[in-house]
Parts: sequence; C-alpha cells; structure tokens
Amino acid sequence: MRYFLIGLFCLLPSLSFAAVAKDIADDPVLEARMIHLAEKVRCLVCQSEPVSTSHSEWSQDVRNIMREKMKEGATDQQILDMLVARFGKSVLYDPPVDNETAPLWGAPFVMLFLGGALLIYQLKKRRGKVVDATLTAQDEQRAAELLNEPSSKDHQA
Amino acid sequence: MIPELGHFSLIIALFMAMSLGVLPILGAARNSRVLMGVARPLAYGQFVFIALAFGVLAHAFLSNDFSVLYVAQHSNSQLPGQYRFAAIWGGHEGSLLLWALLLSVWAASVATFSRHLPEEMVARVLGVMGLIEAGFLLFMLLTSNPFTRLLPAAADGADLNPLLQDPGLVIHPPMLYMGYVGFSVAYAFAISALLGGKLDATWARWSRPWTTVAWVFMTIGIALGSGWAYYELGWGGWWFWDPVENASFMPWLLGTALIHSLAVTEKRGAFKSWTVLLAIGAFSLSLLGTFLVRSGVLTSVHSFASDPKRGIFILGFLVVVIGASLLLFAWRAPKVGLGGKFDMLSRESLLLSNNVLLSVASASVFIGTLYPLFMDALGYGKLSVGAPYFQAVFVPLMVPMVFMMGLGPLARWKKMAVPDLASRVKWGFASALVIALLLPFLMGKFLSQESSKWSPLVALGLLMSFWIIASLIISLKQRLSGEGDLAQRLRRQSLSYYGMQLAHLGVAVFIIGVTLVKGYETERDVRMNVGDTIVAGGYEFRFNGVTQVPGPNYVAGEGSVTVHRDGHLVADLHPEKRVYNVSGMPLTEASIQPGLFRDLYVSLGEPIPESEGAWAVRIYIKPFVDWIWAGCLMMALGGVLSISDRRYRIHQKATARASAEPVVSNLQGQAS
Amino acid sequence: MMRFILPLVLFLILAVFLFKGLGRDTREVPSPLIGKAAPAFSLPTLQEPAKQFSPKEMLGRVWLLNVWASWCEACKDEHPVLMQFSSEKVLPIVGVDYKDKREDGIDTLKKAGNPYDQVISDADGKVGFDYGVYGVPETYVIDKTGIIRFKQIGPVTPENLRDKLMPLIAELQAK
Repeated sequence: MRYFLIGLFCLLPSLSFAAVAKDIADDPVLEARMIHLAEKVRCLVCQSEPVSTSHSEWSQDVRNIMREKMKEGATDQQILDMLVARFGKSVLYDPPVDNETAPLWGAPFVMLFLGGALLIYQLKKRRGKVVDATLTAQDEQRAAELLNEPSSKDHQA
Repeated sequence: MIPELGHFSLIIALFMAMSLGVLPILGAARNSRVLMGVARPLAYGQFVFIALAFGVLAHAFLSNDFSVLYVAQHSNSQLPGQYRFAAIWGGHEGSLLLWALLLSVWAASVATFSRHLPEEMVARVLGVMGLIEAGFLLFMLLTSNPFTRLLPAAADGADLNPLLQDPGLVIHPPMLYMGYVGFSVAYAFAISALLGGKLDATWARWSRPWTTVAWVFMTIGIALGSGWAYYELGWGGWWFWDPVENASFMPWLLGTALIHSLAVTEKRGAFKSWTVLLAIGAFSLSLLGTFLVRSGVLTSVHSFASDPKRGIFILGFLVVVIGASLLLFAWRAPKVGLGGKFDMLSRESLLLSNNVLLSVASASVFIGTLYPLFMDALGYGKLSVGAPYFQAVFVPLMVPMVFMMGLGPLARWKKMAVPDLASRVKWGFASALVIALLLPFLMGKFLSQESSKWSPLVALGLLMSFWIIASLIISLKQRLSGEGDLAQRLRRQSLSYYGMQLAHLGVAVFIIGVTLVKGYETERDVRMNVGDTIVAGGYEFRFNGVTQVPGPNYVAGEGSVTVHRDGHLVADLHPEKRVYNVSGMPLTEASIQPGLFRDLYVSLGEPIPESEGAWAVRIYIKPFVDWIWAGCLMMALGGVLSISDRRYRIHQKATARASAEPVVSNLQGQAS
Repeated sequence: MMRFILPLVLFLILAVFLFKGLGRDTREVPSPLIGKAAPAFSLPTLQEPAKQFSPKEMLGRVWLLNVWASWCEACKDEHPVLMQFSSEKVLPIVGVDYKDKREDGIDTLKKAGNPYDQVISDADGKVGFDYGVYGVPETYVIDKTGIIRFKQIGPVTPENLRDKLMPLIAELQAK
C-alpha cells in the first residue's frame, strides 16, 4: 500500500499538467463516415491507393470537400455522384452495378454455379463409367497386394 | 572487370539452360541414356553460374561500385550494409536475377532429390525447368541486364527507395519468389507427365511434396509481405487488394487447390487432367504476376518502372510457355484414364468441391484485377476495381469453403454416409453456433470498449472459425478413441494428418484474427501536446514529445508515447517520422507493441503548426491482429509437417512399389 | 474434346487483351466533362483582386483555360511553350493560378513572362475541383458555345500542340 502511494505521488506531477488530447476532427462521427466513404474513392494522383489513406494533396482536398458536403447534408451517394461527374467513373473503387460492370459482379457467382454444376456432372458421369468389371479384376490384384505387402499400412493418410 | 564476369556467367548459364531444355527431353523421346544423363550436370552447372553472377552483383552492391548502372540506381554509400545486400532485388533487373537464381536452386534440388525417379522423368522435368530458366536468362540479357555499366561512374548512388529500407525487404521477396518459382516444379512434373503420356498416381505422389514446399514458401512470403505493409505503411492495414498483392494471391489460391487435388489424384488416380491443369495454372499465374508487375499494364504501388520492350518480351514468353503447355494439355489430356471409384459424397468429392471454390476465388481475383484492362481495351473507358469489390465477392465464396473444410477431414474416403456424418458433427456445429452468437457480447467487455456491438459479420467469422475447431476436435476424438495408451495412439497418427489439421487450424486462427480486428479495432486520430493523454480501449496513451535522432542514413523525429493500463506501464512506444538524407523522402515508422490479444499501434502524423511541439498522432488498438499472421504461419507449418511424413521420405522401395502399383493407394484409402 | 481446348482458347483471348493493354497509360484519366458545358464560376483576377472573371465573357470565342501554379514543377517546362504559343495570337489563353499564394503567382509571371490574356486566382482550388483538376498543369479547350472540347493532363508540349490542339482549335474556330 505504501509503495502504491509512493508510485501515485510520482505520477502526480506529470498528471497535474496533462490535458486530454483532442481529436483532430471537429466531429469524430462525421470523420468516421467520411473515412468510410473515402475508402471507396481512388486517389487519382497516387498509383493505387484509396483517398482515405493517401497523403497526396489532391486526396486531402477531396477529404475536405467530402467533409464540407457532409456538413451541408449531402448523402454519400450524392458525394460519389459529384466526384464521378468531375473525375469520371474510375475514381470509384467500388464500381456500381451497371451494364459495363455486370460481368465483373456476376462472374464469380456464374463461375461458382458453372463449376459446381460441372463437378456434379462429372461425378455422375464417373459413377456411370467407373463401375464395371475391370474394377473387380483390380480388386483381386489389390487383395493380392495386400497379402504380400503388410507394410503398406505405413502409407495411410 | 568483375561485373563483366557476372555478365559472362549469365551468358554461360544461358547456354547451359538451353542445352538442358533441349538435350534431355530429346533423350527421353529417343530413349538415349547419354542425352538424359546430361540433365543433372547441366542443372548443377546453370546453378553454379547463376550463383556466380548473383555473387558478382552482391559484390558490386557491397563494394559500392557505382559504375554499374543498376547499383547506381538502387544503392548509396550511406545505405546500411544489410540493405545494400537486399537492394540486389530492390529493382527490376536484380529481382529477375533473384528469380533466375531461385529457379536454378529448385532445379538443382530436383536433380539431387530425384535419385529414385525413373531417368526419363528426371530428364523431362529438368528439361522443362531448363527451358523456363533459358527464357528468363534471355529476358535478362536482352532487356534487363543488371551488369550494364554506367560511364562515367556515378559519384554516389541514387539510393534505395526508403519504403524498401526495411528488414522486410531482406526476407519477403526471397520467400515469395521461392514460392512463385517453386510452382515451376509442379508444372515441370505435369508437363513431363503429359509428354511421357504417363499420367498416373505416381506422378501425383512425386509432385506432391514439391508442390507443398513451394506452397509453404509462398504462404510465408505473402504473410511476410502483409506484415511488412502493416507496420510500414503507417495506417495499420494488412491487405490492400493491390494488383501486385493479387498477383501473388491468385497462384496461392490455385496452389492450395492443387495441393488438395493432388491428394485425390494420388489416392484415387482420379481427376488427373484437372490436377494437371491446376499445376499448369498455378505456375502460369506466377508468370502472369511477373508480367503484371513489370509491364506497366496495371497501376500499382509496387510496380517496377515499366518499359514496353520488356512487356512485349514477357508477353511473348508467356504465350510460348503457357500456350504450348495448354496445347500439350489439349492434345494429351483426353487420353487420360478415369481412375478409381468413389462416391458422389465422399472425402474425394468434398476435396474437389473445395477445388471448385478455390479456383473460382482465384478466377474472381483475376477478373477483378484485370477488369479495368479489359474495359479499356474494349473501349468502354476507365474504371477501377478495389478492395470493396474483392471483399464483397470473397466472403460468399469463403463461407461454403470453410463449411466443407470442416466436413472434409471427417468424411470417409470413397463413400460417406450423410446421416452418419451429420450425427457426428451436429454437436460440433451447434457448439460453434452458440459460441459465435454469444462471444461477440463478451468481446466488447473483454476489449474494454465503450459499446459491445453485435454484428452479423463478426458472428459469421466466429462461426466459421469455431466450426473448423469443432471438427478438428471431433476428428481427433475419433482417431484417439479406443483402448490403451493415449501417447501411443497420438504417435500412431501420421504426420500428414497432423499437418493437415494444423494447417486447417491455421485457417481458423486466421479468420479469428481478420474478424476480430475488423469488428473491434479502435482508431483515434488526435492532436497531442507534450504531456497530453488520451484513453482508448482501456489504455491511457501519454505523449512525451518528439526529439530529433540521427539514423544511419536518415534523421528521425522520434516520438515517445507511454501507455498505461490501470496505472501500470504496459508499453513505451517510439514512433518515428524519418527524412532520408539522399532522397529527402519522408517516411512514417509506426511503433507497435504486439500482444496475444491486441496490438498497440502508434504512428506520427504531422507536427501541428504554430504549437509548442504538438503532433497529430494516430493511435490504434488492434485486437487479435497477430492471429492473422500466426494463422498463416500455422498453415505453413502444417505444410512442413505433412511433407515430413514418412511416405514422402525418399526411400527407393516405397516409391518403386507405388509406381509399379498405383492401385495400392486405393487400398490405403479403404484402410483409413 | 472441346473442353480440353477451352483453357488454351481462353488464354489466347487473354493474351490479346494483355497485348492491347501494353501501350496504355494507366495514370491518365479521361475527363467526363468533355462535351459538357464548362462549369460556371466567378473569380477575381490575379493582378487586380477587385476585378472578376467569368467564363461567360468568353462566349463566342474559342479559348484555352490553362491551370498552373507557382509551386508546380511541370508548369515550368510548359511555360516557354505557352509563351511561344501566345505570341502567335491564335486564341485567348486564360490562366488559372491554382491553390497558390497571390504574390507567388504574380512573382512567377513577372520573372518568366506572362503568356495569358487574363489570369485568375483560384486560391482555394474550388474551381479547379469543379473542372476535375488533379494534376497541374491541365489545359482545356473550350468552344464558342462554352462547351469543353478537349483536356490535356500534364504539360502542353510543342508536339501535342501541333498534332492535337492546333487542328482542333482550327476546326472549332471555323464553325
């Protein structure tokens, strides 16, 4: 207890002039919303980075404008639209689904469907083909192998 | 004079690689022992000469020979020694040389560890690797010679990009390249099997350990790169879906599919043509990655200075290598037999559906990465595809995959009874579900957060992880049940079984990391005067100001941030803001205190103008973030364990027996 | 045996795309403003802050809007080209001093010469943003009806002046 108090006193002088740090942003909630939106915007000056993390001056400008528009009550979509109107669709990292991007968004799921269907088809086809007499011949051979090779158990998975 | 020796060695290596690419393959076709016999000496020879060239370039870097253009561009006399060495692969030419060196290392290893393989197989495998090596050496000598002289010599070098001056550069590229290049072995085995027309279970058994080793390197390489980005880029992200990251992720996904597919082919002799295609695909994606990084067709933070001439060469090389192998595939694959029998529902079919999912995931990354290029080429204008797309697409693909990952190890080979399996896993699944639904409520308290929010994505992530863990427990219980000594039963399980389970557990750990850091990280961007404090996530951060500290080739503003929890000092962090002497480039160096359950991450922003030593400071508390890399490490260790299994040890008898009777594996399947 | 040839076919299609992609400039972003009316604004001129400029004043003429700044390195390369071009008196050139201190802008023009018929000061960059400026210098060709016809990102060079800008300007002026 005594040591604890000594420790506490040691801390006191430093605590006495310590202030609580302020957020850089005036409005942390709005800032969080802005950063979240800026993650979807590509920094055009950088090679491959979202506006949310880029240090470039252009990205800082965009972040400022986003803050301003948000304070004015603009929706996220309105802000994105505004950016697209000025800089074109390539500012969006999250391309909206439209005619041009339908293959992009659809491809994974179409491929998944086709892949699954193909696998089931192949498995069914195999089932029809593999079951035949040759297998019993192989079975015999295998049985012989088993008897001759007791050590083959070593190879178990 | 010495750099010319390096240049000369590369030329000799090129001739050796060309001979290696032609003579043994010819020998295998004509059944000439003499021609096949040159394969091993040539493989060793090309390794020696490329290693010599590499040594020469290393010497040029270490001795600050700025009469070599590449050294002058990527080094500086002030650069610390270890980075001067790593700077060898800090640019396009040198990283190609590293690539060529590692390829020759793989070829030499194949030459060494293939005594038990049939001579013609060895001849073909080494021959194919020689052809690839020849292509890269030719590329280097024609367009990207690292030994080009700069006359007159520069007084000093232009310095290595400060972002690269990090221990990450020393280890990440060699590991990643070992993985990339290592897939060439699986590829070479597949091609030689197609060439020889002997596409059987033995081929799968032989290429399996090589594939796994390459995959292990690649896993570690990608994890290292991700960890490097995490601490170096200053905002604590660990994966950015940058085209170059994607270029390494695509072959990794396909390589993972290949490992699983090889298991089916080895066990059952089935789906051989598919497995061959995967082996070709994994290496083709490695090559394509090289093209994407070095040709300038995509924007990326990582890309090398682009040069259309290089782009044309690599594209030509891609077309020859990939085109020829796919042609060979189209010609030979239809003659491949069907293999052994297994049911619609069996471990085999689960492994194959995992294959479908992994391949689709890989293809999705591929389409997302190249879509802007496609659209531009078709005249639809420019667009960008970034992280939001990949995240949206990836989660729906991973959920079914993880579900099957839990079932796979429990399912029987050849045939599984659904009711039986369902009854075995139902309690496991139920417990995973309960944990996933309830744990998020406790999490907020545990991480001292103001709000303990429950989000469906966190619950989903936890469900996936605990489902894997539950299935692992069920599987262990099942295998270890019975009479007698537990230790003995533990010993009786094969290493490959433990390897598989460890790798799967790694996936669970990885998902826990991703889920929790995404769901519960705390981020504060604050303005701190000297002495200011801020409380975040139960920790009190105190800013003690910034002092100027000289580094070896930079000047750093070193901040001091002490972190207390409940009155105890838990961390003394020193984030830096460096300015490099030569380039004048600023760099943020974050300071991290890693922990099992959370990382404390502090990085300096900018000094606040018109203040007395105040700075913008970014503070993150990242719960469970290290689990991401721990998971990757476990996957890699799992790979190492499974290849240490005695059935992959190189003893002649076992493989000779296996090659004589591929059917044996069917029996083992039944026995297990 | 179509399905075994499919991978090869897909790969060859990919190779064609990759070949087409080789020459493309990944950094240049085409402006969506081309073919649209130049955004309206009213800004003070650089030399006389009391005087305002608005693009409406230029209706009926083909003109260039060149965005520059004293802090922009590439603008220094472009400057002599503009000086030469403006001496030919082909069309009015309006300069926008973008995100710059007024005195720095004036100073630069004093030292290096003034190629502009009018220079306006866009100190906070708002107008530049409306025009989709992201890499200074940028140059817009605006036609008689106030429609943006062309945007040059990066410095104007004698080559692209000769091959692109001049033919377009001649065509627009003839209308």
